[in-house]
Amino acid sequence: MAHKSMNLTLKVWRQKNAKTTGQFESYQVKNISEEMSFLEMFDVLNEQLVQENKEPIAFDHDCREGICGMCSMYIDGKPHGPWQANTTCQLHMRAFKDGDTITVEPWRANAFPVLKDLVVDRTSFDRIIQAGGYVSVNTGNAVDGNSLPINKNAADDSFAAAMCIGCGACVAACKNSSAMLFLSAKVSHLALLPQGDPERSTRVMNMVAQMDKEGFGACTNTGACEATCPKEISLSNIARLNQEYLLSSLTASN
Amino acid sequence: MLDAKIPAGPLESKWSDYKGHCKLVNPANKRKLEVIVVGTGLAGASAAATLGELGYKVKAFCFQDSPRRAHSIAAQGGINAAKNYQNDGDSIFRLFYDTIKGGDYRAREANVHRLSEVSGSIIDQCVAQGVPFAREYGGLLSNRSFGGTQVQRTFYAAGQTGQQLLIGAYQALERQVALGNVKMYARHEMLDIVMVEGKARGIIARNLVNGELERHFGSAVLLCTGGYGNVFYLSTNAMGSNVTAAWKAHRKGAAFANPCFTQIHPTCIPVSGDHQSKLTLMSESLRNDGRIWVPAKKDDSRKPNEIPEQERDYYLERRYPAFGNLVPRDVASRAAKERCDAGYGVGSSKQAVYLDYAAAIERYGKIEASKQGNDNVPKEEIIAMGKQVVKEKYGNLFDMYQKITGENPYEVPMRIYPAVHYTMGGLWVDYELQTTLSGVYALGEANFSDHGANRLGASALMQGLADGYFVIPYTIGNYLADEIYNKPISTDHPAFVEAEKAVSDRISQLKNINGKQSVESFHKRLGKIMWDKCGMARNKEGLTEAIAEIQALKKEFWSDVRIPGEINEMNPELDKANRVADFIELGELMCIDALNREESCGGHFREEFQTPEGEALRDDAKFMYVAAWEFAGESNWNLQKEPLVYDVIKPSQRNYK
Ligand SMILES: Cc1cc2nc3c(=O)[nH]c(=O)nc-3n(C[C@H](O)[C@H](O)[C@H](O)COP(=O)(O)OP(=O)(O)OC[C@H]3O[C@@H](n4cnc5c(N)ncnc54)[C@H](O)[C@@H]3O)c2cc1C
Ligand code: SF4
Ligand code: FES
Repeated sequence: MAHKSMNLTLKVWRQKNAKTTGQFESYQVKNISEEMSFLEMFDVLNEQLVQENKEPIAFDHDCREGICGMCSMYIDGKPHGPWQANTTCQLHMRAFKDGDTITVEPWRANAFPVLKDLVVDRTSFDRIIQAGGYVSVNTGNAVDGNSLPINKNAADDSFAAAMCIGCGACVAACKNSSAMLFLSAKVSHLALLPQGDPERSTRVMNMVAQMDKEGFGACTNTGACEATCPKEISLSNIARLNQEYLLSSLTASN
Repeated sequence: MLDAKIPAGPLESKWSDYKGHCKLVNPANKRKLEVIVVGTGLAGASAAATLGELGYKVKAFCFQDSPRRAHSIAAQGGINAAKNYQNDGDSIFRLFYDTIKGGDYRAREANVHRLSEVSGSIIDQCVAQGVPFAREYGGLLSNRSFGGTQVQRTFYAAGQTGQQLLIGAYQALERQVALGNVKMYARHEMLDIVMVEGKARGIIARNLVNGELERHFGSAVLLCTGGYGNVFYLSTNAMGSNVTAAWKAHRKGAAFANPCFTQIHPTCIPVSGDHQSKLTLMSESLRNDGRIWVPAKKDDSRKPNEIPEQERDYYLERRYPAFGNLVPRDVASRAAKERCDAGYGVGSSKQAVYLDYAAAIERYGKIEASKQGNDNVPKEEIIAMGKQVVKEKYGNLFDMYQKITGENPYEVPMRIYPAVHYTMGGLWVDYELQTTLSGVYALGEANFSDHGANRLGASALMQGLADGYFVIPYTIGNYLADEIYNKPISTDHPAFVEAEKAVSDRISQLKNINGKQSVESFHKRLGKIMWDKCGMARNKEGLTEAIAEIQALKKEFWSDVRIPGEINEMNPELDKANRVADFIELGELMCIDALNREESCGGHFREEFQTPEGEALRDDAKFMYVAAWEFAGESNWNLQKEPLVYDVIKPSQRNYK
């Protein structure tokens, strides 16, 4: 089986560290097989840079299986590139053709400062979880797993929300850099389960407050987040979040 | 010399007796004790969260940008527990027995029994945290069967069990961060352990954002740093998985046990070219329905659909009629290699076999048709209905296959080949999970303790969480109870200064080599040596050659590696160089261990030791021991043996015919 190979021009964001300003630089890569993943193409480019005694491009990645949420490239104007329901690491070169110019940038958002080249700081997401994205149960407190039957549909919906990989593509896709999809996925995951019930109202209030504090923007319901989300987290979670928020503001003011 | 500290008494009561008698630390004193947890996968996150809940002051480290991204996140299939919710005859004893047998009688009875005892509590804890496990319509937890065992004891969350369990542990961890009990250091890499008067007193870590070295004090250090499968370069592990933390402890005196025990998983997407950076696992559950075959004729270049039924060799069904496609991982992997080596492999590389769903699609289609009570459904409709059923069961795996290969597995058989997946070997630990270094513990895949020579599917997640949630919280108290009399040591102590200087010198040395070859190219070459000579099949000649080749590679690495960029900045090439340097040394020890073990057992197959039918031939008289290696200088190790005693189970030859 012969595989098509291609020559490409890459325009990549280079930035030394958080304090400096960055700029685009152009690189040529040759004989890229359509079977490679997008990150393997970057490996080839980085090997080339090492050989030329230049500094390779820093980018985040780990599992390369679409599950850890670490990879984060803004490719030709789209977080994670052209494929639907896909992460950068799962994007394959079949998506491109010989002679293409591909532009690659980091996530852009105030709450995700660039650390170097394509690497950004997403610890703001961890701090949102710290504000209440959990069930307060210590190890050893638990009763038997089957003592609490849970409606299968509720469990499935909760799982669908819990599939969020915390990559931040939703923020990068949003013109307001809102983190609502990410936040709503966590609120839904826990609100749909009886275990999450006791802390329901404090959770949503505290997490929203933390999101605002981190400098994420407001949600104007454009839906760019849902369209770009690699795990197809649904906008209906944002509706649920708003409902939860409203409900707890009402009870809080009593 | 090696004391496993296994409590006396009958097997079933060892753990409860231990818990009833181990030393405790009172709450006021816990607040004064700092504990370092390196790694935030299932083992590390569960340990850090639980110790935080107990009141210890915890510092947790990981090299990713968030604890939620540890390699555990990628586990697909499920987690075992002896709950017997299915009423199909499971019990603590049966899970214990299956694990010992699956490990080919090279694991410790007492540890495995404890694992089995606490397995049920893990599920309870995860449910309480809100882990959305799969459920039945009645609202109760669902189970699947896994890895050829005869009971259904695997709990799962679709194909993302590791993700959901890790998110549960991560959230528990973040809760402790918010409460101020745990301080999290992400994008930090531990580069050495600091020992004072024979006891662990802290670590040296590199901040991967600015390159600065940091000193951290701790009264105990827990290494929860995962497995070392990436020594083979290509594996199903995440790109960053490495042996560095464990190796630093080893060089400081912690024995490394059974390094040659590695697991090669039979169903992975094959290598497609030189550029390949990692391999992708296709869950073991696919073997429940798929049939594995190669052409019966050598070098057959016809398309799979053009090869008629009678010209196909369903070699697993042929060789192992009783278990067929469901033989254990080690057996299935070797059989695939045997066919490909003999010239029957498929695909452009000829290093692949077919995993075919055509028969399953037709079978499921017919079942659907008969549900409609219609005997005259046209073939195409049967196939369409069958595809729908297969899609519901395995859709996400089929999609992943298609994304990677560009082929549609509903139409053409998948191509699969074995790949490195898991490492049973690791730091030697006693019953308390303490290494041979006082105050240094190892949890999860980083230790060697529970899986013997071969791990059963869905048991790694169980072990990681058992260690972190339910074992270490007790055993560490037994050590720390005496540490309350020792004051914390200032990080200006000469031992810290010296350790930091050693780390800094090594980094400068690496950076100053200024050679010609990239880190990546060395890693690839190491991987090739390991795969060819210390992979699925090993022999004396190959291993001896490999040792010499690795020693030469080590020299070349230290004289010709090129690391661009600066030391005091984010520098992924430097991070990688540190790790590859350690992998090279580990590779040598793995070959030495494989050479020493003149028998075949579990994942370790020595070609010289096999039955006439080509099955693994154990030698219990000579090798029923844990091989624990002590570092004694460059390329030099001493072997310590921990005999394995089977009081309850009688070892027998595994038979899957
Ligand atoms: C594709 C795949 C699928 C799998 N599926 C299953 C399954 O279905 N069921 C099952 O039971 N098992 C499965 N396994 C095995 C299982 O996932 C792992 O064995 C297990 O998750 C390991 O957990 P851990 O906590 O020991 O280590 P890991 O999850 O690997 O975590 C290691 C941690 O250590 C940190 N670390 C490492 N070195 C350093 C250092 N020097 N300094 C600082 N931090 C460091 C990392 O940042 C990370 O946080 C699978 C494995 C793979 C590869
Ligand atoms: S909601 Fe989707 S895009 Fe946003 S962080 Fe989660 S997985 Fe990524
Ligand atoms: S590298 Fe893990 S999701 Fe892409």
